[in-house]
Amino acid sequence: MNTPDPQAVASVPEAVARRGRVRLPLVWIVPALAALIGGWIAVHAVLERGPSVRIRFQTAEGLEPGKTVIRFRSVEVGQVRTIELATDHRTVLVTAEMVKDARSLLSEDTRFWVVRPRIAAGGVSGLGTLISGSFIGMDLGKSRRTAREFQGLEVPPVVTGDLPGRDFVLHGGTLGSIEVGSPVYFRHVPVGRVTEFRLDADGQGITVGVFIESPYDHFVVRDSRFWHASGVDVSVGADGVRVNTESVAAILVGGIAFETPEPSQEAPAAAAGTQYHLAPSRVAAMKSPNETPDLYVLYFKNSLHGLAVGAPVDFNGVEVGEVRSTKIEYDPANVIFRFPVEIAVYPQRVRARYRQESPRPDTDVTGTYRFVERLIEHGFRAQLRTGSLLTGQQYVALDFFPRAPRARSDPTAVPMMLPTVPGGLDDLQASLADILRKIDAMPLQRLGSDADAALVSLREALDTAKQLADQIERDVTPEARTTLVEARRTLSAVNETLASDAPLEQDLRQSLKQLTRAAEALRSLADYLERHPEALLRGKARDGS
Amino acid sequence: MTGAEAKRFLSSSALGLVGCSACGELNRALECECSCWCCGAPLQRRKHESLSRSWAYLLAATIMYVPANLYPVLQSRTVAGEESHTILGGVVALWRGGSWPLALLVFFASIVVPLLKLLAMTLLLVSVHVRSSWRLHERARLFRLLEFVGRWSMLDIFVVAILVALVRLRSLATMDAGPGALAFAAVVVLSMLAAQSFDVRLIWDVAGRNEHT
Repeated sequence: MNTPDPQAVASVPEAVARRGRVRLPLVWIVPALAALIGGWIAVHAVLERGPSVRIRFQTAEGLEPGKTVIRFRSVEVGQVRTIELATDHRTVLVTAEMVKDARSLLSEDTRFWVVRPRIAAGGVSGLGTLISGSFIGMDLGKSRRTAREFQGLEVPPVVTGDLPGRDFVLHGGTLGSIEVGSPVYFRHVPVGRVTEFRLDADGQGITVGVFIESPYDHFVVRDSRFWHASGVDVSVGADGVRVNTESVAAILVGGIAFETPEPSQEAPAAAAGTQYHLAPSRVAAMKSPNETPDLYVLYFKNSLHGLAVGAPVDFNGVEVGEVRSTKIEYDPANVIFRFPVEIAVYPQRVRARYRQESPRPDTDVTGTYRFVERLIEHGFRAQLRTGSLLTGQQYVALDFFPRAPRARSDPTAVPMMLPTVPGGLDDLQASLADILRKIDAMPLQRLGSDADAALVSLREALDTAKQLADQIERDVTPEARTTLVEARRTLSAVNETLASDAPLEQDLRQSLKQLTRAAEALRSLADYLERHPEALLRGKARDGS
Repeated sequence: MTGAEAKRFLSSSALGLVGCSACGELNRALECECSCWCCGAPLQRRKHESLSRSWAYLLAATIMYVPANLYPVLQSRTVAGEESHTILGGVVALWRGGSWPLALLVFFASIVVPLLKLLAMTLLLVSVHVRSSWRLHERARLFRLLEFVGRWSMLDIFVVAILVALVRLRSLATMDAGPGALAFAAVVVLSMLAAQSFDVRLIWDVAGRNEHT
């Protein structure tokens, strides 16, 4: 068995020839398939690979490379790949890979911010991120230009880009308690939010961006007024104390309100980005129109102490303007100083009240000046009045003084000079001074000396009187005393005579009794005679009747 | 070629005999386009197209090795977010987590071993191509090791499959097999196929140890 037997080998049957030999080894399909799959995966990876963006943040707090995602409307659109410090070490550069479809989302003004749990006066947000970790929020921009580098926001934007509505810009003096997200009210209805604020470059004011949501945005017209609605507005008026506030939230987080003074249906809505003045209060807002005022210059004779720039100019109690400046002018020709007060009068306020009566001849400033010239002829004057006796604040009042001395003004001069009359307290002061001057002018010296002389003669007269009295005392008194003693003696004698127990008295009483008896007898006689008149002739009957 | 190694063997092909791979019956076949006279199976003196197939599978396995390592094998979705883990990422995570024995194990089992398999296979194939007679016995042993180790690499795939099946906590946490898992499975299967296609006898054939040549 070990040695092969050629016979046995020869008896092994011949193999059968195969037909149709396959030339292409089928097995190569496998690597081809693998290459195909691998290639497809590679191509897919390249194709699916979205754009990579770089976002600059102040801090990378809560961000983790490979984990933190970028979400747009809660849909994952990207993932943070790397986080590194910027070369200046001031910011953090976050590189994120977006999904392929996100290409169209990356316009120039697309915004990114880190969604973290936040607690602010306006509310609580981002609580979900306590568990899931922070993520980067994203808001679609409107620009058609794309970008790959972005500046991340430190706080989430108040208004997302797709919210219908309009942005407006407000310029104001101070920010008050407004912050980003503070509400904007229209008739106490929250209609928008503060989106941003910044200090002006020159530091002279602030600029506040507000967003008014549709459909309320068409209430903002060109003539609308914005004001601070922060806090509580307490005013004491003739009708008592009024406390005004937009809402409890506005007390806490501040707010802005707006209103249109004379709303009309046809007023076109303001275009987005329109600039407005942000007034400190509603009252201030309602009196500050946006148009250019007419300027007038006033020369007062009295001191301008207490007249501050910004002091009101009122016309019969209605505020129509404000003091712009007070200056000193030197007139070398007459060697006098003059103190021009420049005031601004807002013609719109005047016009609004004057519209119904007669149409204005002109709308430009010369027209106004000509109109004012006519008014001056009727006694239109400016007067400096004291607003508060306590603080000595003064204001400029415009009014008609028909008895004022005639004055003229050149309507072509800009600013036009408005004649003035001394007013109120100054008037009083002037009169007082007048009185004092008159008193001063009185000949008090001479009057004094006259009085002196009069007094001397008076004393002489008195001396004479005294001498007379002395004389009387010396000469008359002793005699008078004896006379009086005698008189008393006489009187006591009389007294004795007339006393009740005096003999004279006794006698007199008896006499009187007898007289009474006589009178009675006489009366009975008279009676008898009346009854018996014949007795006169016949005598008395004896036995009576 | 000295001593025992220089000893020549008498191979079946030298005698014009071919054993049927299906039924083991001997056939006398000098040209090999034949079928077994007994069972009709194609007769192969050596594995058919051994080198070509082996190369093909090896190439495919090498191609798939790239996505297997680049793509995540496991994607977990939990409340804390979505995470995908590549093999290397898992190793790094384990290493950082302090359990480096486990990290080393995963690293060797899932990254080094498949890579070594591919390299070893390449070595074998190339050595056959250049008709090298260098370290014939070691090469044969290497091949046997290769065949033995091959199936264990599927362990990763089983782990992934079990995790995916078990971790289904609805919204809390779910796990899914990533594309890397498929690629990895393909690497394992293809390298096994490559090893299977390789006819180890070729090592001896090309070294001129068999008399046929």
